[in-house]
Amino acid sequence: MTSVVVKDVSLSFGAYDVLKELNLDVPEGEFLVLLGPSGCGKSTLLNCIAGLLDVSDGQIFIKGKNVTWEEPKDRGIGMVFQSYALYPQMTVEGNLSFGLKTAGMAKDEIARRIARAAEILQIEPLLKRKPAALSGGQRQRVAIGRALVRDVDVFLFDEPLSNLDAKLRSELRVEIKRLHQKLANTMIYVTHDQIEAMTLADRIAVMRGGVIQQLDAPQVIYNRPVNRFVAGFLGSPGMNFLDGEIEGGAEPAFAIAGAKIPLDRYGFDAVAAPGKAVLGIRPEHIALGDVARAMPFSADAGVELVEPMGSDTLVWTKLGGQGFAFRVEAERHLASGDQLRIGFDPARASLFDGQSGNRI
Amino acid sequence: MVEQVFRAVPDMAAVAPAASSAGGLVGPSGPRPRRTFSRRNIFIYGTLFVVAIYYLLPLYVMVVTSLKGMPEIRFGNIFSPPVEITFEPWVKAWSTACTGLNCDGLSRGFWNSVRITVPSVFLSIAIASVNGYALANWRFKGAEVFFTVLVVGAFIPYQVMLYPIVIVLREIGLYGSLWGLVLVHTIFGMPILTLLFRNYFASLPEELFKAARVDGAGFWTIYLRIMLPMSLPIFVVAIILQVTGIWNDFLFGVVYTKPDTYPMTVQLNNIVNAVQGVKEYNVNMAATLLTGLVPLVIYFVSGKLFVRGIAAGAVKG
Repeated sequence: MTSVVVKDVSLSFGAYDVLKELNLDVPEGEFLVLLGPSGCGKSTLLNCIAGLLDVSDGQIFIKGKNVTWEEPKDRGIGMVFQSYALYPQMTVEGNLSFGLKTAGMAKDEIARRIARAAEILQIEPLLKRKPAALSGGQRQRVAIGRALVRDVDVFLFDEPLSNLDAKLRSELRVEIKRLHQKLANTMIYVTHDQIEAMTLADRIAVMRGGVIQQLDAPQVIYNRPVNRFVAGFLGSPGMNFLDGEIEGGAEPAFAIAGAKIPLDRYGFDAVAAPGKAVLGIRPEHIALGDVARAMPFSADAGVELVEPMGSDTLVWTKLGGQGFAFRVEAERHLASGDQLRIGFDPARASLFDGQSGNRI
Repeated sequence: MVEQVFRAVPDMAAVAPAASSAGGLVGPSGPRPRRTFSRRNIFIYGTLFVVAIYYLLPLYVMVVTSLKGMPEIRFGNIFSPPVEITFEPWVKAWSTACTGLNCDGLSRGFWNSVRITVPSVFLSIAIASVNGYALANWRFKGAEVFFTVLVVGAFIPYQVMLYPIVIVLREIGLYGSLWGLVLVHTIFGMPILTLLFRNYFASLPEELFKAARVDGAGFWTIYLRIMLPMSLPIFVVAIILQVTGIWNDFLFGVVYTKPDTYPMTVQLNNIVNAVQGVKEYNVNMAATLLTGLVPLVIYFVSGKLFVRGIAAGAVKG
């Protein structure tokens, strides 16, 4: 059963279209991540689903009910904001109970729900404190609790971890994932952080300019991006892009300055028309030395720069005169000036049209 | 030990005698020494002192004069402290000074002013804060136009509207009454107060408002339960602005009320500018100080909150 359906939704502020005829089906219990750069309309879409913004066109269904004209409180959603948005004058308990009191719920039921949420989120010792006396991570936990006590069908997260430092962010990320496994609610999560998206999502919707570019499982989006934008947005360090030309004929190949990359193993989406194109390959798909020589494509390269990152090391070099990075295990000590053989399997690469940037 | 270090680097010791700490560090370390009597400090405090004297001197003269008897004043030395302190001028100004036919002092005007100021301040702030909240958070259709009209209203000179308002008040039967003046003050306070509240509420994080809506709170619940408790500083600013403005108002008071309902400022003017008899400077000074006491007390009591309200903007949740 689908939980949230967005049908042909458009939103314009004056002449500026923020969302363009957007369609989205979220099955019950799915963790969907809306991913994109700032200004791509992902938060706007979330606000539309929450009912905090009126859509210019289209419909929104939650649990099969058309909620396009409903107030936020009647949509069965709970929302967590980036700035936590805790009511500063109320205690944690007051924050959690505010929505329930407004709805006129009985006192013992309110107490029961707060106790349950506090237990799940482990904020029992904080209940009597004011938000100002909490740390960032604690505040965000309370903000999640506020959505939790309302016992809603759909959780909406608007960049909930962006205000936290890196360590806390990774801790809370795990907690949110655990929460989803425990509650099995539908969750829609907005972020610009591709690691959050990869780790949390059942499916990722990559957005740009008010349009969903690709909606698929994280692995598919990572390995088979539909266009150059999606390819470049996911992955850190980012995908290598080589400008070149596709040569057709009996043995199709990708030509860059001084080298030819055979494409006979590459799975084309479309018919490979000769012409300008971009080849993308992720840094971790590059092999070295003897392994590289066994690959369908290999070339000699000189090390230009080494970036040790602890768990592994990123090495910058040049291929066909273009910047090219690859990843090696941290134990391999390379220095700039070293010469080595690098290679990869074109089947793991992605080819994009030089004009449209779409996958071919 | 320290001495030895200094001897080793004699020029360093000459430049910064306090620069070496017990740990044996050479060269400047720790807090930089600051001189109390630097040229900069002398200039700043000197200027502040002169300006303070400039403003305080008239107040001093007023207080001193109000505590003297008339014979002493006639000596003409306005700066000398009173030889014989008397509170009689204060008593006279409050309860027996004459304005026209009434000889019950400023007390009547004081209570009139209280009866004008309290409801005016309350009404104007209550209405303007809701206005500002609606304009900042609910953005109804035509909100921009409404706001523009309101702000333009703040720039129309009062004199233009004096006479039309007389007619309006006469037609609705409030001319000459305290409530008529309350109405006028409430309306004229609206533009600036609405602007004040709108900007304050707009500076509160928008996500708080959204969160409250998701929690199911409506227009009034959000205003009363979420916005009001976060807005003490701006309410203090508004109260100070309104109390001093309305208390000090002379123009509306003299135009829209009758002698029975004159506010304190108008009565003060009538006492000070009375042409018959001897000019009683001590009574005039006491009356003026009495009239100015209310705004003064307000400033003293709420000065800190006032500054905080003016500088408000960053409210962290």
